[in-house]
Amino acid sequence: MVLGNYKSVISARAADAEILKRSQDGGIVTQLFAYALEEGIIDGAIVAGPGDEPWKPEPVVATTRAELLAARGTRYTISPNMMLIKEATRSYGLDKVGIVGTPCQMQALRKAQLYPMAMRKVPDKIALAIGIFCMENFPYQGLEAIVEDHCNVKMESADKMDIGKGKFSVYTERGAISQIPLKATHKYEQPGCHVCLDYVANLADVSTGSVGSPDGWSTVFVRTKNGENVWSKAIDAGYFETKDIASVKPGLDLVTKLATDKIDKNKKSVEARATFGVNKGLRNPYI
Amino acid sequence: MEEPAPEPVVKAPAEKPAEKPKDVEIHQTLDGDKKEEKPVANKITVGHVHMSGCTGCLVSLADNYEGLFKILDDYADLVYCLTLADVRHIPEMDVALVEGSVCLQDETSVREIKETRERAKVVVALGGCAAYGNITRFCRGGQWNQPQHESYVPIGDLIDVDVVIPSCPPGAESIRNVCVMAYLLLQGTDEQKELAAAYLKPLMDLAKRGTEACGCDLMYDVINQGLCMGCGTCAASCPVRAITMEYGRPAIDRDMCIKCGACYAQCPRSFFNFDVINQFEGIMEAIDGAMGKGGE
Ligand SMILES: Cc1cc2nc3c(=O)[nH]c(=O)nc-3n(C[C@H](O)[C@H](O)[C@H](O)COP(=O)(O)OP(=O)(O)OC[C@H]3O[C@@H](n4cnc5c(N)ncnc54)[C@H](O)[C@@H]3O)c2cc1C
Ligand code: SF4
Ligand code: SF4
Ligand code: SF4
Repeated sequence: MVLGNYKSVISARAADAEILKRSQDGGIVTQLFAYALEEGIIDGAIVAGPGDEPWKPEPVVATTRAELLAARGTRYTISPNMMLIKEATRSYGLDKVGIVGTPCQMQALRKAQLYPMAMRKVPDKIALAIGIFCMENFPYQGLEAIVEDHCNVKMESADKMDIGKGKFSVYTERGAISQIPLKATHKYEQPGCHVCLDYVANLADVSTGSVGSPDGWSTVFVRTKNGENVWSKAIDAGYFETKDIASVKPGLDLVTKLATDKIDKNKKSVEARATFGVNKGLRNPYI
Repeated sequence: MEEPAPEPVVKAPAEKPAEKPKDVEIHQTLDGDKKEEKPVANKITVGHVHMSGCTGCLVSLADNYEGLFKILDDYADLVYCLTLADVRHIPEMDVALVEGSVCLQDETSVREIKETRERAKVVVALGGCAAYGNITRFCRGGQWNQPQHESYVPIGDLIDVDVVIPSCPPGAESIRNVCVMAYLLLQGTDEQKELAAAYLKPLMDLAKRGTEACGCDLMYDVINQGLCMGCGTCAASCPVRAITMEYGRPAIDRDMCIKCGACYAQCPRSFFNFDVINQFEGIMEAIDGAMGKGGE
């Protein structure tokens, strides 16, 4: 169950070279939304667009391919994508909403669909929810401290950031690479991440991340009927290159291991909350 | 000189015919006949009780469009609702959907909320006013022509409430879901009863949690508790846009907040019941099925 319910899992990358040019991994998110937009499966998608400070994402409702492309790449800081979920069905007038988000945002989405207390007309208008794997996230100032203090790179000169193989890496526009052990970043993690019990976006229609697949490729879980429907059409239409997950290294074993590690560690911190004080504990959202 | 106005002529009404005139035809559809004689057997009874509310909660129920008709056809008889039907006094009900708060200085209101509790198996605080006081929290009397009508309390301060549906207004779909789940709870198979109980549990827990709500809940019970992860759902839920996201955390304009309770209830870190939400696909299909939608 650490990987959630899924119908199939595969290693894939976008067929579109322009998308791949600046995508974080296999460009799955951007390519699948671009396809869904072209086909009328969605009429817009909430993505993490460019914000007013370097590497600070701002949620936007993208209704064009150009806007989707502008949101490519991972920003390792909070992008409150759910804040537009109702507005997308109001002033933007969308009937078929796409949304990308971390596992916690997919949880928020499904809760809003099942318990839509203040979400009138939202439940039926969600057409495609793409989840991205997530081990942890950082507040903006935490990311700044990691990049500027620890990695010694100015935020505005960073071209790409990546977490992988136990390191936080920053690539600059001029080709330098600065890496620090992930250990040094732990204290900057968003505290709310420490009670998070989902690594691979179990509640998305389709979820994707880098772990398990080679560089430039993504691991993709196809989870719901809706997800399967959209994904298989996109494959048939030639929008993705795929490889059997069993044939790639490091493959599903590593995904399973990391998911198990995350969930075990965070379960412990959820439990520790119950006896955090003296005869008093902290709140547990799961009971 | 003006002429005096003519005396009005008063005519005695003609005597009413004791019998229906022979030339009046009455058309009755077979369907209508059937319905009267053979109502669907195991429907539950639902009432809408209007306390100090604005009827927006009832409009939200109606906002299910044909879904409401489906509910009334197959699952529930509306046995009381002053806005829609001519039943004058609160009857026995399986489910009472109560909207509005209670004015302590209005005897009728106080009596009616007590009667509601006595006569309903399940009391639902429908909407922010019934659940948390909402805008009536700001009442302080001093207006014509009942300047003494100054104290308003959420219904949970006077009676035990079983289920709350926060927000102002509560989403149409949430009322629909609660009605369908209440039906399954009272009339379903064992398996359906179990699902309905699990679905309703967090809304029952919210009822036990208390009758105060505010944007501040996000501070007290989410951020201060180390649980916020910056998803932005609270900002989307707020009906008055009192919440903005700043550096990944909600910032609450507390003078704009009307105390509806939506933000906290909708936050995925207030309650998150995996047992139900993990089954989102099946449950949404089941609800669609019950509503006669569903099917690809
Ligand atoms: C905080 C964070 C932690 C992650 N941790 C892991 C991990 O541990 N293991 C792993 O395998 N993968 C992780 N990922 C996912 C990975 O970095 C890629 O986002 C994913 O593989 C998608 O790549 P792509 O090439 O398909 O997407 P692209 O086509 O490059 O598109 C990326 C999409 O992600 C959205 N996005 C970017 N930043 C954010 C954000 N902060 N919040 C919400 N949406 C955002 C953009 O809007 C864009 O639509 C993490 C992502 C984030 C944001
Ligand atoms: S670790 Fe969990 S809570 Fe934190 S950003 Fe990722 S999905 Fe959200
Ligand atoms: S909904 Fe909850 S978790 Fe999400 S940003 Fe608001 S307070 Fe934080
Ligand atoms: S902040 Fe908004 S959603 Fe929260 S209680 Fe106040 S009015 Fe309601």
